[in-house]
Amino acid sequence: MNGDLSQFIQPGRVHRQIYTDPAIFELEMERIFGSAWIYVGHESQVKKPGDYARSFIGRKPVVLVRDADGKIRVIHNQCAHRGSLVVANDKGNTDEFICCYHGWTYHLDGRLKAVPLQHGYPKDFDPNNPKTAMLKVPRVASYGGFVFASEAEDGPSLEDFLGHMTTSLDDMIDRAPDDEIEVAGGVFRHAYDGNWKLYLENLCDAAHPLFVHRSSIDAAQAQSDAVHTDGTGEIAIRQMRQNGAPYSFWESQVGIWTYPNGHSYLGDYHDDAKLVAALKDPVFRDYIAALEKKKGKAETRRILEVRRWNSNVYPNLSFMSQFQQLRVVHPVAVNRTVVHTYNFRLKGAPEQMFRNTIAFANTVNGTGSLVLTDDLEIYNRIRLGLSSAGAEWIEIGRGLASDQPDAHGGRRGANSTSEVYIRNMLDAWAAYMTAPSLPSPASRAGIERHAVA
Amino acid sequence: MAPRGRSARLPAQPTLDLGACEQFLLHEARLLDDGKFDDWLKLFTAEAWYWVPSEPDQADPIETVSLIYDDRRLLETRVRRLASPRMYSQEPRSRTSRIVGNVSLEESGPLPTLPRLRGRNGWGCTVRSKFVMVEYRREQQRLFAGTAIHRLIQTGGRIMIAWKRVNLVNCDAPLDGITIPF
Repeated sequence: MNGDLSQFIQPGRVHRQIYTDPAIFELEMERIFGSAWIYVGHESQVKKPGDYARSFIGRKPVVLVRDADGKIRVIHNQCAHRGSLVVANDKGNTDEFICCYHGWTYHLDGRLKAVPLQHGYPKDFDPNNPKTAMLKVPRVASYGGFVFASEAEDGPSLEDFLGHMTTSLDDMIDRAPDDEIEVAGGVFRHAYDGNWKLYLENLCDAAHPLFVHRSSIDAAQAQSDAVHTDGTGEIAIRQMRQNGAPYSFWESQVGIWTYPNGHSYLGDYHDDAKLVAALKDPVFRDYIAALEKKKGKAETRRILEVRRWNSNVYPNLSFMSQFQQLRVVHPVAVNRTVVHTYNFRLKGAPEQMFRNTIAFANTVNGTGSLVLTDDLEIYNRIRLGLSSAGAEWIEIGRGLASDQPDAHGGRRGANSTSEVYIRNMLDAWAAYMTAPSLPSPASRAGIERHAVA
Repeated sequence: MAPRGRSARLPAQPTLDLGACEQFLLHEARLLDDGKFDDWLKLFTAEAWYWVPSEPDQADPIETVSLIYDDRRLLETRVRRLASPRMYSQEPRSRTSRIVGNVSLEESGPLPTLPRLRGRNGWGCTVRSKFVMVEYRREQQRLFAGTAIHRLIQTGGRIMIAWKRVNLVNCDAPLDGITIPF
């Protein structure tokens, strides 16, 4: 199949099979999620030594943990003995990891610490063998507290992989007066019966809100502002109304930028003057004052002029710096995807800023959101539609002729409704899927050892 | 009928007893199952809120995300959207069937400081109940279960919902979209 995979993507179109074929999904788990830098969590989720949080690389359960020396580790959540899941809680603090089956005990960095009944194992059993462990993911790196892990022993550094997208991550942090952000406010876990690729392919789609979100646009535009509100609904109503901006707005006010490795962002959408936390808003005025106090007027102006909507780091991360949102895509099966969404608190910002972040999360990421539910419906309908071979090819050619080269090795659409970001993701997909080198032998040996454990 | 001890604690507002509350909850469940969302909305007071937390024992809807947290303005928007022919996540429509039970009166009497209901004094009670809801849509059937907590007040001879909190047993599970209120 290796030689055929690039044929699924042609200029302006993609074959339906890459969204429907379980065999291709298995290859994606190996060649994309098994080699790319995968976002696994934020350092603020594991502040103290012994703090841990469960995460995933593709379908593989891993543990993000801060070891006794304060170092961030990512280890496979599997016992070296019988392969059992070791860490069952989503998060917590511990001195060691103990498998509940036979009591094999591990250091926080995954090394084996103790094995009960050790005399019974074969003579060559060596508890100090580094392969007899909760195996380390070969490469772990952070950018500004955002932790990524790669199953490939070799490959581009995290910064090279991120490229120009580091500026979007910088924007997440720059907006904190104290230059520090932390995960807070709980997690949404929303799910749909559809392929994982569809999720990021929708997040820079400026052509869909007016149609897909028509029901919430109409309902919000018809809503009286005279009725009681406790303030939390404000941000939701304004967001839904803004989704109803005419196509002329999307095409003149919003841009789309793409970068190597499948990354992209939608920009200029909400400028801060139009935001819910608008410049005239007393909370936002306090926030600006806090920013200026710490960073000065010029830097504050520069920060607030960075106007990005969703920034997507292919293949599994999307975040939104203006509202401190972050979404992580977890593929489950070719037709099943779970997305975890997180919120960040800006250290040094007025408390109400975080409350707006929560209200905004409920609106765009909430399982019962008036907006997201229609996006989830679309992913399900694409799955239902693509189950038919009636049409073999899907169109992704919008804007193809007018895309322009951009700095930092990127391409941008002539306007925001270009599908350049989908083409860019699928170019990265093809590069991963047809790359001559699979994960290095050491990493594959680790996978195989677990597969037979 | 309310147990004798409960009755003795009730001030002179005979209609807001356990039986009346139970009948009210059954009426509410029927409106929801029948898709009469406009009528359901009329059960809520002008300052009501409706809350489905995302975490067990969630302390508040302000500092932590919620599957649903609607103040009155958002609740009206939610119900208006449910009537939209362009609500694609309800095309085709869900059908639901609910069982409401284990109804108990948690507190009852004059509730002068109703949380988040500034300035409104009234006779009220807090009612706890269990529910099971089956939702069927497009060849898929889902089962929801949980605890509902209603703050009911008596106003103008009617029982109304001042607030409603719904604790789903699987509130922190990966969930497909939720469009029909519990």
